[in-house]
Amino acid sequence: RMQTKDIKHIILVLSGKGGVGKSTVSAQIGYALVKRGKKVGLLDVDLCGPSLPQLLGLSGKDVKRSTQGWVPVYADASQRMCCMSIGFLLPSPDSAIVWRGPKKNAMIKQFLEEVVWGELDYLIIDTPPGTSDEHISLIEYLQDSNPDGAVIVTTPQGVSLADVRKEISFCQKVNMPILGLIENMSGYACPHCAECTNIFSSDGGKLLAEELDLKFLGKIPIDPVLTEQSDLGSNFIEKFPDSPSLNSVMNLVDSLIGSDRMNIGA
Amino acid sequence: TGETPENAPHDCPGPQSEEAGKQSTCEGCPNQGACASGANKGPDPDLEAILERLSGVKKKILVLSGKGGVGKSTFSAQFSFALAESDARQIGLMDIDICGPSIPKLLGLEGQQVHHSNLGWSPVYVKDNLGVMSIGFMMAADEAVIWRGPKKNGMIKRFLRDVDWDELDFLIIDTPPGTSDEHLSITQYLNEAGVDGAILITTPQEVALADVRKEINFCKKVGIPILGVVENMSGFVCPSCKVCHST
Repeated sequence: RMQTKDIKHIILVLSGKGGVGKSTVSAQIGYALVKRGKKVGLLDVDLCGPSLPQLLGLSGKDVKRSTQGWVPVYADASQRMCCMSIGFLLPSPDSAIVWRGPKKNAMIKQFLEEVVWGELDYLIIDTPPGTSDEHISLIEYLQDSNPDGAVIVTTPQGVSLADVRKEISFCQKVNMPILGLIENMSGYACPHCAECTNIFSSDGGKLLAEELDLKFLGKIPIDPVLTEQSDLGSNFIEKFPDSPSLNSVMNLVDSLIGSDRMNIGA
Repeated sequence: TGETPENAPHDCPGPQSEEAGKQSTCEGCPNQGACASGANKGPDPDLEAILERLSGVKKKILVLSGKGGVGKSTFSAQFSFALAESDARQIGLMDIDICGPSIPKLLGLEGQQVHHSNLGWSPVYVKDNLGVMSIGFMMAADEAVIWRGPKKNGMIKRFLRDVDWDELDFLIIDTPPGTSDEHLSITQYLNEAGVDGAILITTPQEVALADVRKEINFCKKVGIPILGVVENMSGFVCPSCKVCHST
């Protein structure tokens, strides 16, 4: 009953750790895939803290219903990128979803069964932190949809890596292939003196990928321009092609497109 | 006691749930009849036990955010250290982030284990007047805790009911991001014992603020007084040129 039959590739964005940039990376992967000519859907299954509407500049949009189900919210007139999030269904942006597991699971199931995704090259699924109801249920519901695998996002420091190891362990337990690992917030280039400071340490993600024989997809630095554009919900990749973060994201996406359905480091 | 029984299936909805005994997953479970009839619901006797156990704790403070990665655990750890600066104070730090327990690492307590005595579970002491409890002490480092809500709730309840906190001036409770099972349960289990307040942590970005506003609404819904808001990761002073930047 999942409306995923016309979706070529399904990719989960996981971490285990909160605040490492899963949603930001999901949005940038979406924008970059569109830049590469792909048709992309973004599914936000973080029900307590849905960040995608804000990051995509779609706050306040409504979900329309058709005879076939819910119509995802399109990012622009070209309709090359669409999104579904509980953020679009809340009465106000400040409304809290205070639900226990079963209700959250039911909502995620509805997102997969009732949203008319149509033909997509990629469905990117942004997840909340942890290894709990949302993650267990998502894997169960996607069983017959043949997802390609998961991209793991981390920041370089120890507290993140600890949780990411658990998430990797989770992926292995549920037989979810790991397409690769991204080290986000990796270094900060001072705009005043150009000195790079590793605020959250450095190389932790790279070393973890090497240790566990996972593909390292690349580093994304702390970029105040990316932060500012995210706060505004703007398409950073289109607006700032010279930004230092851009290369990391595009390399990452080209690597992802290249890896296709191969099981890398699973 | 309202906890998920040991012999329940792994995706048991929990005996207190409206779906208790009625889901397809309940078929074959020895507790199905009792759950479906509502026999396992009703006032939770553990709330009395928790009230008793925490009777020596003067203040209970939750550290909340809604948003992940803003520094709840970092703040909880530093706040606890600051409170414990005075030898006259006894501090407890409880980590109810079951999936991503950061507290042991942040306090240099990785590898420590919880000991059981006839008084209950002993907190792990980082110094004489600062005791800590976390699921991190009960699992191997890389081991993922892949539990649904009811099992997580059961563990949180045990932290409140079974840990021998003894007399404390402050019990600081570090939470995971979100407004879900853990947050509902800690509020529910402390219904009798009471929560003195919550400190909300945010970073300056809009994506963080959006989640924190929801957490504020959650606190208002469940009647937790908000003691204040901390803005973490607020600007960066370049060590080279000393200019302060926002990130």
